[in-house]
Amino acid sequence: MSAVSEVAAGAPPVARATPRAASIRRARRRRLRRAVWNVVGLGVFLVLVFPVFWMISTAFKPDTEIHSSSPTWFSIHPTLQHFRDAMARPYFWEVVKNSLIVVGAVVALSMVVAFLAAVALAKYRFTGNKLFVVLVIGILMLPQAGLVIPLYVVLAKYHLTNHLMGLVLTHLVILLPFAVWTLRGFIMGIPKELEEAAMVDGSSRLGAFTRILLPLVAPGLVATSVFVFITSWNEYIFANVILTDQANQTLTVWLSYFYGTSRATDWGGLMAASTLTAIPVVIFFLLVQRKIAFGLTAGAVKA
Amino acid sequence: MTVAAEAIAHRSRRRPRLKRIAHASVPYLLILPVIVVITAILGYPLYKLVTLSFQQYGLAELIQKKGVWIGFDNFSSVLHDEVFWRVLLRTVIFTAANVGLTIGLGTLIAFLLVRVSTWVRILLTAGLVLVWSMPAVVAVQVWVWMTNFENGILNYVLTELHVGDYTGHDWYGSTFSKLGMVTLLIVWGAIPFVAITVYAGLAQVPRELVEAAEIDGAGPGRVFRDVTFPVLKPIFLILTSLSIIWDFGVFTQPYLLIGSSAVDTSNYLMGVYVFIEGYSHSDFGRGAAISLLMLLIVAVLSIFYVRRMVKMGEAQ
Repeated sequence: MSAVSEVAAGAPPVARATPRAASIRRARRRRLRRAVWNVVGLGVFLVLVFPVFWMISTAFKPDTEIHSSSPTWFSIHPTLQHFRDAMARPYFWEVVKNSLIVVGAVVALSMVVAFLAAVALAKYRFTGNKLFVVLVIGILMLPQAGLVIPLYVVLAKYHLTNHLMGLVLTHLVILLPFAVWTLRGFIMGIPKELEEAAMVDGSSRLGAFTRILLPLVAPGLVATSVFVFITSWNEYIFANVILTDQANQTLTVWLSYFYGTSRATDWGGLMAASTLTAIPVVIFFLLVQRKIAFGLTAGAVKA
Repeated sequence: MTVAAEAIAHRSRRRPRLKRIAHASVPYLLILPVIVVITAILGYPLYKLVTLSFQQYGLAELIQKKGVWIGFDNFSSVLHDEVFWRVLLRTVIFTAANVGLTIGLGTLIAFLLVRVSTWVRILLTAGLVLVWSMPAVVAVQVWVWMTNFENGILNYVLTELHVGDYTGHDWYGSTFSKLGMVTLLIVWGAIPFVAITVYAGLAQVPRELVEAAEIDGAGPGRVFRDVTFPVLKPIFLILTSLSIIWDFGVFTQPYLLIGSSAVDTSNYLMGVYVFIEGYSHSDFGRGAAISLLMLLIVAVLSIFYVRRMVKMGEAQ
């Protein structure tokens, strides 16, 4: 505020001599400026999206085009061969199944456990809630590489390495803080009056909860579980360490071992496999991005 | 009649206290499962991490499940190791470069989003979200393919644009170039979060203020410094601290892009260093000591962010 009044004091009033001609000139200049920005915007778009485009484009190209010294942007003879090859690779279907099992278990467990804690944080004032928030956000910040050794040693002690269960527990603990924090935001967004009105109408607290709170928070639950799904699906370091047998691995670990030596690399197959790994994530992410993006900056940005 | 009235009166007198006790215990019961899971799966390993760091704990000890107590030997070995300090310095420089580029470019794109036509904005936002959604491991594979020396598109495009003859150029020849490629990959992946968040923040800048300042003759620089930036400041603070925390501990991109066979003391970043020293070399005691040092550094870096979030949680 003070900054503006300072500006106001320092600047002379703008002259308005020939309003008509000036406004036309100004409009034309504005249109030109916008056109220039549009071109810049399109350029940025092309550069940003290029790697994704190149992945998909390569996945559909026959090998002759991939290894050609003058690359084509789009293939004239698109092929599905690389997708067939990638799926026919050893363990593909096993690792897809493993990924789905891990993700399913992590989503189910984390949503139930996190929802309860989120209700506590959003709806109750209690001694120690600040400490709990510090704990939750503190864990969110721990670098995963620093946790590999202790988790591995402890899981090994209980014979949980090379078991999907070991990975489920690991993902659960790294994703719970995120889920609690995000769900808390969603629950806080529900007006207290709605719940109170239901209770005045004779509903019990539990009744108000199931009939009013739950339906309202359902979109938040869906968004959070999708984000948990994505993170668990993408997770690499723990899956790589905990699951040692090839048949026990998850899709991202399987993909990381796809790459051979440069000359022997099946680029088409690698890009087809990459596309297959990314597809579910991209679809889900597009669905929930708006709802989730601001969880980590909650309060600073009003979404 | 009177009996019933008395009973009601009695109940209403008794119930509040019981209710209060029951009510007070509800939030603790609700957070109990989270506490149990975190304590069991994370608390115990963290305790283990501390004890491991004071032990000689290799493969033999892992099998026997019993380490040998050696006091501060692991820590003094790490702190007297030149490699640790070099990795720390490299990681700090790497983090500064990555955070600076991410925040800088992300902010520029956010400002671009304000200035373009609606259809370009929708297109660019869709592109940002698409990039954002790419899994790290997938992005690494695409990078490997695009930057490979034989028929990578990067060399082709640079040569075609007459930037120089890049035919057969190996981007993974020197440490600087390797980490440069990792930076490119990380910044590319991290820009969308910054751009979209800053753009959302820009929407909170009151238009009247900007217009008033412009009418009063303030240039774009002045408007940014005195009107826009003060509104965006909390967002920048949070984005920067989050980026520092993430980039300092980054593992997947450097480990996979440089390649598990090519990562060594000349190009380690902290995350990779902790992983190789502790896990791959099966020296869990020393690895635990390094992990603990790394966690302490990140904890110090996180204090600001955590305090900020707690404060905002209260304000809501």
